[in-house]
Amino acid sequence: MIAALCFYIFATILVGSAVMVVFSKNPVHSVLFLILAFFNAAGLFVLLGAEFVAMILVIVYVGAVAVMFLFVVMMLDINFTELRKGVQDYLPIGLLIGFILLVEMVVIVGGWSMTDGIATTIMAPTPPINEVTNTDAIGRILYTDYIYLFQLAGLILLVAMIGAIVLTHRKRPGVKKQNIGDQVRRRRAQAFEAVDVKPGEGIV
Amino acid sequence: MLEIGIEHYLTVAAMLFTLGVFGIFLNRKNVIIILLSVELILLSVNINLVAFSSYMGDMVGQVFTMLILTVAAAEASIGLAILVVYFRNRGTIAVEDIHLMKG
Repeated sequence: MIAALCFYIFATILVGSAVMVVFSKNPVHSVLFLILAFFNAAGLFVLLGAEFVAMILVIVYVGAVAVMFLFVVMMLDINFTELRKGVQDYLPIGLLIGFILLVEMVVIVGGWSMTDGIATTIMAPTPPINEVTNTDAIGRILYTDYIYLFQLAGLILLVAMIGAIVLTHRKRPGVKKQNIGDQVRRRRAQAFEAVDVKPGEGIV
Repeated sequence: MLEIGIEHYLTVAAMLFTLGVFGIFLNRKNVIIILLSVELILLSVNINLVAFSSYMGDMVGQVFTMLILTVAAAEASIGLAILVVYFRNRGTIAVEDIHLMKG
């Protein structure tokens, strides 16, 4: 009863904030509604018994991805009203394709059933929750059976990090920066000059 | 109605997926909203994976959910980096104008 109520609250706010992400006029509001959507999706995950993934969702999406989006949206000086001009032109085709997709998915969800032998295909059965917690259960298979997947995820993050740095790094002219190599290579001859000053005269 | 089954979660995920695709079509010019819509689509896939993982008693779905989270974060960072570089060069982010590599 309580679980059903929570499900409907989370699902309603999730879908409503997803609608607002798409239709909001201001991209900053879109990002904020995306954060709300992720919080409610995390609530759904908690209802499903996947607490670890729920917390990871909040940390990764709200803490990193959404803040990055907000940062970029606020940093770039973009005329957003200019970008919204063509929305009315795309509304019919968008509605048509969205409607077709929704009908297809309703057909799939409506006419779908588990096969009989499905229980034999389970790779890693969920241990009983009163013996092993969700985080523990994930850790037991993530670092053993799926270690290559885990390493692959790390590799993807490394490549993404290098790619983002290489893309956005630039040398700006006219900016004074410390160059340690130049400082170390500097010799005494370049630094000062011994001038023989005759008595009674200055240096011209 | 009060018994929440896997179909309920699949329906929510299907609605999110549809909204994501709809958002991509609706905001053809604004690449930021397109990236947000892609995040919505990935979230719907995650909901599907976790729902099946929970109802079938298989932990692997949650492991794959974390891989998708990783890929989504990497995709967002690379996409935003390309966006920043493009904005530096062109002064706008209207994706309709991106046909520089048409040949």
